[in-house]
Amino acid sequence: MPIEQMCTIVEIAKLNEYAYSFTLEVGEMVTKEGLRAGQFLHIQCGEGHLLRRPISVCLCMEDAPHDTARIVFEVRGEGTRWLAQRQVGDKLNVLGPLGNGFQITPEDRLLLVGGGIGVPPLLGQAAYTAKKATAVLGFRSADRAMLVEDYHDYCKEVYLCSDDGSMGRHGFVDAQLRDILEKDKGFTAILVCGPKPMLKNVAKVAAEYGVPCQVSLEERMACGVGACLGCAVQMADGTMKHVCKDGPVFDAKEVDWNV
Amino acid sequence: MSKVDLSVDLAGVKMKNPIVVASGTFGFGREYGQFYNLNELGGICCKGLTLHRREGNPPPRIAETPMGILNSVGLQNPGVDAFIEQELPELKKHDLAIISNISGNTPEEYGVMCEKLSAARVDMIEVNISCPNVKAGGLAYGTKPELAAEVTKVAKEHATVPVMVKLSPNVTDITEIAKAVADAGADALSLINTLRGMRIDINTRRPILKMNTGGLSGPAVLPVAVRMVWEVASAVDLPILGMGGVAKGEDAAQLMLAGASTVAVGTACFVDPYAPIKVRDGLAQIASAQGLDKVSDLTGGVRPW
Repeated sequence: MPIEQMCTIVEIAKLNEYAYSFTLEVGEMVTKEGLRAGQFLHIQCGEGHLLRRPISVCLCMEDAPHDTARIVFEVRGEGTRWLAQRQVGDKLNVLGPLGNGFQITPEDRLLLVGGGIGVPPLLGQAAYTAKKATAVLGFRSADRAMLVEDYHDYCKEVYLCSDDGSMGRHGFVDAQLRDILEKDKGFTAILVCGPKPMLKNVAKVAAEYGVPCQVSLEERMACGVGACLGCAVQMADGTMKHVCKDGPVFDAKEVDWNV
Repeated sequence: MSKVDLSVDLAGVKMKNPIVVASGTFGFGREYGQFYNLNELGGICCKGLTLHRREGNPPPRIAETPMGILNSVGLQNPGVDAFIEQELPELKKHDLAIISNISGNTPEEYGVMCEKLSAARVDMIEVNISCPNVKAGGLAYGTKPELAAEVTKVAKEHATVPVMVKLSPNVTDITEIAKAVADAGADALSLINTLRGMRIDINTRRPILKMNTGGLSGPAVLPVAVRMVWEVASAVDLPILGMGGVAKGEDAAQLMLAGASTVAVGTACFVDPYAPIKVRDGLAQIASAQGLDKVSDLTGGVRPW
């Protein structure tokens, strides 16, 4: 059940020029309300901005007296710029837990594919499956990289790619993904988060290799709880689903990739 | 502070307080019902229904604007029958006025829906002749007095519960439509629906909304709503559900002074799920501070220059 909670920021780290990591005290949102990485928190970003901003949860920890959740966001506009200016000790008005995360078990051998700001929500999935996951992380360039050390801590293997060749393999993540799937047939699921063209490519590769694939989607959102029907995504069967309530994670096979 | 009587009457529909949630912002109550008991509300205007299920418009459907949002949801809904079977029984477990909002492609469709919903015993029907986001029907009916009157007449012929007509602000003279609808037999009026607007991404030069334009709501539209409620209240003798940008008690009080007997909270819910309750309490406080016995004494109390 989602609740409204005033959350204190206990730690701030700037991950690169655009990305910030906040650790929030979220009350009992993890222990009582079941908050998990891959779900999102809907955060009020100042008086001047009407809508809350949905930010994915990267890692959660049960703790007393407060559970904690780590969120990572990029400054994309006015709202996230306001958020980036907060200090340790400031409080944020948060709705959560919202949305459905990835459907996985601790026994899964995951192939995680993250692009840009899609990298953070997969970290919690690596943590959950304790050093068994393989991660392919793609960034525009080396200066946009984030959380690479964290992934090394939680994964068996980490592969890096960059669009401009300034870090890791030159090119998009799908080439790397093919090489991995060619050699290793043991993955039980591919989890993807990132820009839509990347999701589409990865979903296609996953289908070719017959590995179940879950994608985390984004859409412009208002209420965050499923009431306004703003954040619609088109499904392959012609129906509309909503990122906030039905997602953000969907089975790649359900999504209409041709719109 | 003395205890203020919050109860109101909207065309014979009794409500324990004047705060209703606006159609399209509150679904059928399930989502915000997770945060508080819906009995706190005076009523709910349910998500707009059509005769058949609609998937709505392609995304993006939402664009934020200065103190407002544009939406082009396009009446996505499960259809009137699915509402009656799956949503209404759940809502009826609560003590609040259930107002069904309907949109038709033809006057006949409005009639069929009015029959079905009356039989299902909703408390009131809100006839939407003002959705800016659908091609057929919707806004077309709301901008031409004779068409608005025709739809109202058909709705009244087929409904056995009070019929409230929701007016569009996207007209030159809203009183013209209000009078036509009143003459056709409407029991109440609700206003305003959203104002048509547009936002463009200057880098891609594309409108943010896939439908290019959408309906503006939120605090930005409050003064327009107050003005239009005042104009309509001065022109016709029907009870009014006022709405448009209400986020706090003072906003609701303004709409009531302008002539509304009940007030809907909509977009404010997206900012704060508890907004309707806070508006209700704020309004009660204002009425109490002004020494009123009942909140309904505010209605029409404006003293124009």
